[in-house]
Amino acid sequence: MTEDMIMTRKKLVVIGNGMAGMRTVEEILDRDAEKFAVTVFGAEPRENYNRIMLSPVLSGEKNYEDIVINDQQWYAQNAITLYSGEDVIAIDRQAHCVKTSAGRTMPYDALIIATGSSPFMIKVPGTDLDGVTTFRDMDDVERMADAARSHQNAVVIGGGLLGLEAAYGLRQRGMEVTVLHLMDTLMERQLDEAGGYLLRRELENRGIRVITQADTAALIGKSRVEAVRLKDGREIPADLVVMAVGIVPNAALARDCGLTVERGIVVDDHMTTSDPDVFAVGECVQHRGQTYGLVAPLYEMGKALADRLCRGDEPGDAGPGYQGSVTSTKLKVSGVDLFSAGDFNGGDACEDIVLRDAARGVYKRIVLKDGKIAGAVLYGDAGDGSWYFQMLKEGADVSEIRDTLIFGPEFSAGENADPNAAVAALGMDAEICGCNGVSKGDIVGAIIEHGLESVEDVRAKTKASGSCGSCAGLVESLLAHTLGDAFVAGPALKPICPCTTHTHDDVRHLIRLHNLKSIPAVMQALEWKSPNGCAACRPALNYYLLCDWPGEYTDDNQSRFVNERLHANIQKDGTYSVVPRMWGGVTTAKELRAIADVVDKFAIPSVKLTGGQRIDLFGIPKEQLPAIWTDLNKAGMVSGHAYGKALRTVKTCVGNTWCRFGTQDAMDLGIQLEKLSWGSWTPHKFKMAVSGCPRNCAEATIKDFAVISVDSGFELYVGGNGGITVRVTDLLCKVATSDDVLEYCAAFMQLYREQARYLERTAPWIERVGIGYVKAEIVDDEAGRKALAERFLRSQKIAQNDPWAQHAGADTPEFQPLKLVG
Amino acid sequence: MSSWIEIGTVDDIPPLGSRVVRTPVGDIAIFRAARDTIFALDDRCPHKGGPISEGIVHGEQVTCPLHNQIIDLKSGAFASGECGQSRTHPVKVENGVISIALDVSQMAAAE
Repeated sequence: MTEDMIMTRKKLVVIGNGMAGMRTVEEILDRDAEKFAVTVFGAEPRENYNRIMLSPVLSGEKNYEDIVINDQQWYAQNAITLYSGEDVIAIDRQAHCVKTSAGRTMPYDALIIATGSSPFMIKVPGTDLDGVTTFRDMDDVERMADAARSHQNAVVIGGGLLGLEAAYGLRQRGMEVTVLHLMDTLMERQLDEAGGYLLRRELENRGIRVITQADTAALIGKSRVEAVRLKDGREIPADLVVMAVGIVPNAALARDCGLTVERGIVVDDHMTTSDPDVFAVGECVQHRGQTYGLVAPLYEMGKALADRLCRGDEPGDAGPGYQGSVTSTKLKVSGVDLFSAGDFNGGDACEDIVLRDAARGVYKRIVLKDGKIAGAVLYGDAGDGSWYFQMLKEGADVSEIRDTLIFGPEFSAGENADPNAAVAALGMDAEICGCNGVSKGDIVGAIIEHGLESVEDVRAKTKASGSCGSCAGLVESLLAHTLGDAFVAGPALKPICPCTTHTHDDVRHLIRLHNLKSIPAVMQALEWKSPNGCAACRPALNYYLLCDWPGEYTDDNQSRFVNERLHANIQKDGTYSVVPRMWGGVTTAKELRAIADVVDKFAIPSVKLTGGQRIDLFGIPKEQLPAIWTDLNKAGMVSGHAYGKALRTVKTCVGNTWCRFGTQDAMDLGIQLEKLSWGSWTPHKFKMAVSGCPRNCAEATIKDFAVISVDSGFELYVGGNGGITVRVTDLLCKVATSDDVLEYCAAFMQLYREQARYLERTAPWIERVGIGYVKAEIVDDEAGRKALAERFLRSQKIAQNDPWAQHAGADTPEFQPLKLVG
Repeated sequence: MSSWIEIGTVDDIPPLGSRVVRTPVGDIAIFRAARDTIFALDDRCPHKGGPISEGIVHGEQVTCPLHNQIIDLKSGAFASGECGQSRTHPVKVENGVISIALDVSQMAAAE
């Protein structure tokens, strides 16, 4: 091949020596190696390398040499002229040439712009400090590797694909790494909440700290960065800050020479810009309104452009061109098996198929739309990703295999999720029966040693499930797991709802045994069958977590029934009722006046006394609630929780203060009990009463906890109910002092909180477990009682915040319409 | 005749939550369901008129706060298959901004 031969070829100039540009050149050479004389300008002083493999270079799992795609020899062999480290600074479309930073002018017949994209820097003070970098090229990797040698603390801003790979790489190099992510869950564009949770847990296990909802305010430091300050005032120490919040197409060259540029350089399906002799590929382009930051679309664009340049001289010869890409994602973090593809944000209703395997840490979710796969998230077992992705891209109709789709292509009939997996995953020292201190190892051992076959057998041998009985479901699972097919199941226990196979009792136990501290954590570990539960299980889970992890668990408002979310009772017409707390049913002129003023001011249509000695204001529109609370708060009144699965009221008689028969100060004791217990969340509503003598004017014996005063002290009763099925209380015990009453009350409430099923009143709970059990725990076991009371008080420290005060005066948007139209 | 009306952003609505748009033809509940899918329905349960905007959202359904009827957000129909439907309205989301299509002539008549 002589110089002359090459001189007669058409001149193709490529701006950008990256993956998109060089893949296009390779595709062109494949089709027609002799059509063009190719000249390449690359801004980086290197040969063509695989940018997506920078993460393994950062983590030390690969070297730069491993990721070079085309070395110098390749350019020479293919007669490509490469100017590396030389920027193109202008395109002269009229003269058909480009000008470079070295003062060179290069003519072209066809020009390819493949300038890629640049990392986006968030606009906060301090981004110009030393130690602040992006993660885009080899220079950035070298900068980060240097920092890892001499410094300790790294902060990565951005919890997307690139940010997490940077965090992993820096952690591998021994740095203390914190990831700051603006959104609630990591990689929210590719993962749903469950997947995001699993990923976060995995990264945290590897020592990477993750802060979500982290809005960066500033980078702080003198010359080198020292810390990142968040808008909430927190400061995170940082000697290295990696900015990985997103990319913007490099379109300045194209814009300056007058090509059509929107977010990126606008191209048609044949990668042609608004100038027919100028083409563009890769991350710098905008095709059908989309820009791309992943590698697969770049390759597809390269093929379309090569078709156009080698075969497309006549219209119609260039083939169908580029049709846009459905993208898939894999995270390049060793040991994290994650795949995501397709659309999770589609506007139309889709159908979800979910599979969770807690023992293997697997979460799979396939989103179907019109019988086709619209998206897939696989975590922990992403091996079938390409199978799903292929069907997704083809738009294959999967209705026929819908039932087994989630199990992957290898599915064989009969294989199914194991309902005993959550129990199987427990360690042998896990305490199954808290009442009697029986571990999983004890039970499994007894089953094997004595050939036990039923829950009753296990109870007889080990005492497990012999007291409150709530672990019977777990014992049954252990039998099934240990005996396998030999196990004959008893009558099926009723699961919470169709989202799960587990009963309330199982879930309560497993939350504690597996240390589960969020709703997504429970749903994953216990293999929930729906992506985000339903109106039956979510409020139950929210309550169980709130009860078990006071101060640690963040209440999930969206898992609360409207009354608890808005702190008022919804009525049949969609208005609300408001009940201020009146401690022990005792009030004052000031309070009554404030209530009267509120009724006048807000034209409240109806005022009614309740059965629990409170005043109920009816017919209030949602928007007015915060203003009414403000006025009531000003008069010293707080929320009465008449709306909650919570302590409602303590009803009292006047006691010995006024009554000639009274034996004790019932009003004062009632007020003390209410001050002790208000604000606590319980499985169902919880009512109390204090009567000053056995005449029982406070009707205490149909309450959940009742005090009947006698000359020598106080009789305590529990488990009464005045509802559909009236139940009179059982006598718990008799105590001497009002301090005893408070301690027994706290202990009883805590036992109910910890043991009853969500929406189970004390009456059916006690019928189920027996008053003997309650007496054993509260009366006979002094240390146990004190521990229960202590846990109650600890939880109350967090619970006793007036929810009205949190909204009063504030312009909480949730109470207002989103918009008024017309 | 319908026209698109911008009503707010996706972020204005809590995930798995709802906000109400007040119009001359009644309140419209805007839901942010799983995967940030947005739906707009009349804020009336077809059962007894309950404000479905205050229900618990799960998947692409909402449970009415008054009597626990489950309504499919896409169709406005009861998930149980019983008769009755809450009217749905076209929605689009562009750059996080939600617009709904409302029948303007009906609105004028209502005024």
